[in-house]
Amino acid sequence: MELVVTDLAVQRGGLTVLSLTYAAHADGLKAVLSVRENLEFWAAIHGVGGVREAMARMNLAELADRRAANLSAGQKRRLGLARLLVTGRPIWVLDEPTVSLDVASVALFAGVVRDHLASGGMALLATHIDLGLPEARVLDLAPFKAARPMVVAGGGFDDDSAGAFA
Amino acid sequence: MMALLSRDLRLAFRAGGGFGLGLAFFLLVAVLVPLGVGPEAQTLAKIAPGILWVGALLACLLSLDRIFALDFEDGSLDLLATAPIPLEAVVAIKALAHWLVTGLALTLVAPVLAVLMMLPAGGYVWLVASLALGTPALSVIGAFGAALTVGVKRGGLLLSLLVLPLYVPTLIFGAEVVKRGAMGMEVATPLLLLAGITAGSVALLPFASAAAIRVNLR
Repeated sequence: MELVVTDLAVQRGGLTVLSLTYAAHADGLKAVLSVRENLEFWAAIHGVGGVREAMARMNLAELADRRAANLSAGQKRRLGLARLLVTGRPIWVLDEPTVSLDVASVALFAGVVRDHLASGGMALLATHIDLGLPEARVLDLAPFKAARPMVVAGGGFDDDSAGAFA
Repeated sequence: MMALLSRDLRLAFRAGGGFGLGLAFFLLVAVLVPLGVGPEAQTLAKIAPGILWVGALLACLLSLDRIFALDFEDGSLDLLATAPIPLEAVVAIKALAHWLVTGLALTLVAPVLAVLMMLPAGGYVWLVASLALGTPALSVIGAFGAALTVGVKRGGLLLSLLVLPLYVPTLIFGAEVVKRGAMGMEVATPLLLLAGITAGSVALLPFASAAAIRVNLR
């Protein structure tokens, strides 16, 4: 996914990094700050409000004053995803966003993504489980999986008998 | 930007932050050196400027690797790099937060610890002035070193080795200001050179640090 982000940023000069936000395995949370403080920081950085709404959307309102260190893995993940809502960015690039989420939270998150799409946003997700988004266009990478180590017959770059470098 | 500054300060003051570390180290140096060297006021007064400056410099060095490494580990640095704030400003703000937590705090406690080191009365003003002028350079140069080593696991040793030679001019001129002040000589030359080092590094190094972070995040 990092490759995708870098490629997008490099190849499409028009598509600036400023329209993207990225969420991967590291949630960018500070353990000693509370849920609200973590979100307020990212909201302030992006100049966007809506911390309360973001907490409500990701079912974090009751945990608002708990320090991120004391959250479970799934709660941390939800906080990391709630961050997307306070960036105000139209394009979300998400690498395995559902890791450590339970079924109910996956459904919650799918709803958030759907609302984001409905409001004109875009999301690019790499995932192992079905999020239940019928409108999603799927690029199935399974057929392209390298099943066994590829052995190229006839040597490597040193062999120019085929005239490849002639 | 204020949000970033207040977050960094909050993180430093909360449990596990770096606030007490540098101060405690500085205190230890100022307490232990007289015990090791002996209580003769004349000897202590002679080495006081150097010891106080070396102590402040090493105390500063202690918390350098926290500037970017913690944000790198939890993914915040990637997110900050794609935030609407330019990376140069992120670096400058983080260096400022580091200075407020270490450099400014060291400057404020230095006169108290100078009593333990028997610093002559004339040196106190210049001790505070030289630390106030010189420690911003320590933070900015340190942030540059931290930016260079940001992706390196256990990069603390490498960071120290990179940064120490860059700290030498600041140390020489800083200690020289205090030494001359304590002896009642004029201090303008080393003080101006110290101010020049700080002004130059504050103006240039955030750009170099931001470039180093861009390379390391790729």
